Amino acid sequence: MNTGHMRWGFIVLIGFGLLAPVAGIYPTFLMKCWCFALFACAFNLLLGYTGLLSFGHAAFLSVAAYVTGHAIRSWGFGPEWGILAGTLSAGALGYVFGSLAIRRAGIYFAMITLALAQMLYFVWLQMKFTGGEDGLQGVPRGALFGVIDLSNNTNLYYLVFVIFLAGFSLIHRVIHSPFGQVLQAIRENEPRAISLGYDVDRYKLVVFVLSAALSGLAGATKTLVFQLASLTDAHWHMSGEVVLMTLLGGLGTVFGPVVGAFVIIGLQNQLADKVGSWVQVIMGLIFVICVLIFRRGIVGELGRLLKRPL
Amino acid sequence: MKKKLMFMAIAAAFLGMAAVVPAQQAKLSGGVVKIGILTDLSGLYSDLSGQGSLVAARMAIDDFLKQEKNPFKIELVSADHQNKGDVASNKAREWFERDGVDMIGDLVTSSTALAVMPVAKEMNRVTIVNGAASTNITGKACTDLNVHYAYDTFALAIGTGRAVVKQGGDSWFFLTADYAFGHSLEKDTSDVVTAMGGKVLGAVRHPFPGTDFSSFLLKAQASGAKVIGLANAGTDTTNSIKQAAEFGITPKQSLAGLLMFITDVHSLSLKTAGGMYLTEGFYWDFSDATRAWSKRFFDQHKRMPTMVQAGIYSSTMHYLKAVKDAGTDEAKAVVRKMKDTPVNDFFAQNGRIREDGRLLHDFYLLQVKTPAESKGPWDYYHVRQVIPAADAAIPAAKSECPLLKK
Amino acid sequence: MFELLGISPQALYGQLLIGLINGSFYAVLSLGLAIIFGLLNIINFSHGAQYMMGAFVAWIGLTQLPQWLGNPDFVINYWAALVLVPLIVGAFGVFIERTMLRRLYKLDHLYGLLLTFGIALIIEGLFRDWYGVSGQQYEIPEVFQGTINLGFMFLPKYRAWVVVAALTVCFLSWYVIERTKLGSYLRAGTENPRLTQAFGVNVPLMITLTYGYGVALAAFAGVLAAPIFTVSPKMGADLIIVVFAVVVIGGMGSIFGAIVTGIGLGLIEGLTRVFYPEASAVVIFVIMAIVLLVRPAGLFGRER
Repeated sequence: MNTGHMRWGFIVLIGFGLLAPVAGIYPTFLMKCWCFALFACAFNLLLGYTGLLSFGHAAFLSVAAYVTGHAIRSWGFGPEWGILAGTLSAGALGYVFGSLAIRRAGIYFAMITLALAQMLYFVWLQMKFTGGEDGLQGVPRGALFGVIDLSNNTNLYYLVFVIFLAGFSLIHRVIHSPFGQVLQAIRENEPRAISLGYDVDRYKLVVFVLSAALSGLAGATKTLVFQLASLTDAHWHMSGEVVLMTLLGGLGTVFGPVVGAFVIIGLQNQLADKVGSWVQVIMGLIFVICVLIFRRGIVGELGRLLKRPL
Repeated sequence: MKKKLMFMAIAAAFLGMAAVVPAQQAKLSGGVVKIGILTDLSGLYSDLSGQGSLVAARMAIDDFLKQEKNPFKIELVSADHQNKGDVASNKAREWFERDGVDMIGDLVTSSTALAVMPVAKEMNRVTIVNGAASTNITGKACTDLNVHYAYDTFALAIGTGRAVVKQGGDSWFFLTADYAFGHSLEKDTSDVVTAMGGKVLGAVRHPFPGTDFSSFLLKAQASGAKVIGLANAGTDTTNSIKQAAEFGITPKQSLAGLLMFITDVHSLSLKTAGGMYLTEGFYWDFSDATRAWSKRFFDQHKRMPTMVQAGIYSSTMHYLKAVKDAGTDEAKAVVRKMKDTPVNDFFAQNGRIREDGRLLHDFYLLQVKTPAESKGPWDYYHVRQVIPAADAAIPAAKSECPLLKK
Repeated sequence: MFELLGISPQALYGQLLIGLINGSFYAVLSLGLAIIFGLLNIINFSHGAQYMMGAFVAWIGLTQLPQWLGNPDFVINYWAALVLVPLIVGAFGVFIERTMLRRLYKLDHLYGLLLTFGIALIIEGLFRDWYGVSGQQYEIPEVFQGTINLGFMFLPKYRAWVVVAALTVCFLSWYVIERTKLGSYLRAGTENPRLTQAFGVNVPLMITLTYGYGVALAAFAGVLAAPIFTVSPKMGADLIIVVFAVVVIGGMGSIFGAIVTGIGLGLIEGLTRVFYPEASAVVIFVIMAIVLLVRPAGLFGRER
């Protein structure tokens, strides 16, 4: 499956990841980008490869962020166990939300996930350990396996990058496995997949849980980077942003969501101070343009030019 | 209009930078004192801080350079934290690590303040919180490099609670935003109401953010309490006030805003808000000094200053003087100097920064004027009482900040 | 029995009435969504933004327009706004349908959702930039100031008007769609657009006007809301997610269903505020989850 151009893609990605901080790009910014890139890839697994539009993925990002933050800060978990706890909790939540949402398809699926995520937002707001509006602050970065000091930005950067690569490769493997082929069959034509004897709901649920857990991995890592978890992670704007990253980068492409995440985070970073509330307008415009005339996204268009799927 | 102001602010910033004066004996990192105003330039709190905060900081820097005859070079940078903790902490890190910012000011909303404070502590830089309200800033989360300048929820809740009971409003019912912030406002206020011999008849928790408060207001009405305490903020507060008037609850029962700013009153209009009690740390029309400064501010910003914006000016001035007196911009030395020097200006008389970083200064119990009483735009308050500094902060013995335990 | 729970019947009536008022808003908004969905098969994510636009345009007509024109007599008062604003915002909807939505009908319906989401972000962002976020106040019209004493509560006259106006509009819409010739074309278009076209009905025009009407309904709700809620750019965003849940609960099969579910959930929410206010923000979402478990197609829905 790993055809030549795919391998080149990986080499460029890894090379960029290793060299970017050395080249003077601000490491915290890069770490944020990798976290969101993983988040977008996890989302793409669902939308791009299975055709399920979840409009509530912020829920998984936030549950992992809060659980990781709380586990490390209040229960004294090491960073590795904190991240694991966060990822698992996101997976578990994915199971609950997924079981409900897959009962309806298409637009209803999107609305249900959105509503469930909104409900969770209110729950976070009222619960004590999340700190409500103040957020959960002051999460120590600690030392990985008790050895590698993560308060050092360089150490943390490479950890984040490795986590991203692990999640990214897993997604890549899943897509190209027989399981992934069934998912794509569901996306293309669900009734046919059913008539071929596949338990479609089961497949949908498994991929939903997987996507939720990987989104959780992204959220947990983000908590470690910023040392905080806040309601921003749970807001529906966040769910919209991940859709935008995936759409802009290229739905159903391997590298698209990564590119989308870097472009969107970079834009927000550059624009926030210059244009103020216009950021939202610009995000909306990108959305509209993508939907109307740029549905393949950046990587999708690039792949078309090169005549190869990327 | 806004664009123009922003342009002016930027232009002013460049002019300020151009005023290059060789550093004197002061030991400055990077040869310059760099101040970062991290605030909400586009969101919910941009009226009470935002551009106005930048104007105030700029004014303070210009005045300082004029008064002290350009002792060293000062730069001002600003950014929008969008009220997001992660954006704020990211920006702060970048400013400290890459741009050599020495002090970050404003930090409106508690989530951003609490996110930036530990970063500043780690990098040994100063934070001066003006915009945020949480008592955690000088409580559990306090640091020795932070100053909480303008106000906190305790001052506002206590001030209003105590004074309203004294005025005869001895039975209370709370309309509380159902999250940590609302709960703490409710608790602080009911403690003081009961301590003063008043009664708390009950409370109702409303979802946050809410739009329709009528069911909760009906409960408050049925309680028969004389005073309905609004333990919420922003549009929740303005909506509650508006709907209380609609249901004929006011003026039979009176409302007490536990966290309100002059900008909220401005947006509500006196017709709706008239008669309410609230507490602020600054009112432009209080004395000759406040009027003189506020007039200068108004000329630049076309709005009267909020307590946050006034606090930005006063705190920036205090910080710069401390840098000059300490002869360095190293954080520990500067904050020490700030704490050792009393603040005396239009904002605070004999203000003192306590070890936990809280500036102790007077607060004012205010009653909103009715349209008939107001003489014109921004003439909004009767000052009913001055709340002495000592009463307006959590007593040192009850504080959760370890710095006060020494 | 109610006294046992610490609530007097009087208080309960009051709360139910308030639930009815909020339910009227849900009903008008979910009706608009259902009408659009029926013919276009898309969920209009910008519905909340268009509701907000309704409130803002009314406010602009009342307070800003005279200043712009320098003539204090040129005011769009409340009554004019009730008619004009839905027309203006509806025309904006028509523009969106003609220029953008139209291109997406052959694609997956999800693209319609994404497009309208993007449009919602743009509208909200623009109003934030123009008028800030702290909100504007719209005066209650003179006639409706004051309250009516119902014995168990003081009902503001304006709120009574909101219920009457909203229910009237809902009933008229239902009547037109279910009982008139025009409505029969519409229903035929929903069932089988090609065949309907073959019978000489201009289906594309019908689609455009339907979208415009749905948007106009949202704007109408916005004008109704302006005097009681603070007019702010984010007033629509949070509401629309609740309305989505309402729509999932009701299922979008029938116009009647959308109206009944809207009102019913308003009442349930009102009751929650009496007995367990802490849960009032999530109660509709919880009901949605239960309905999905028991009856996935929704209360009035037909599985497509």
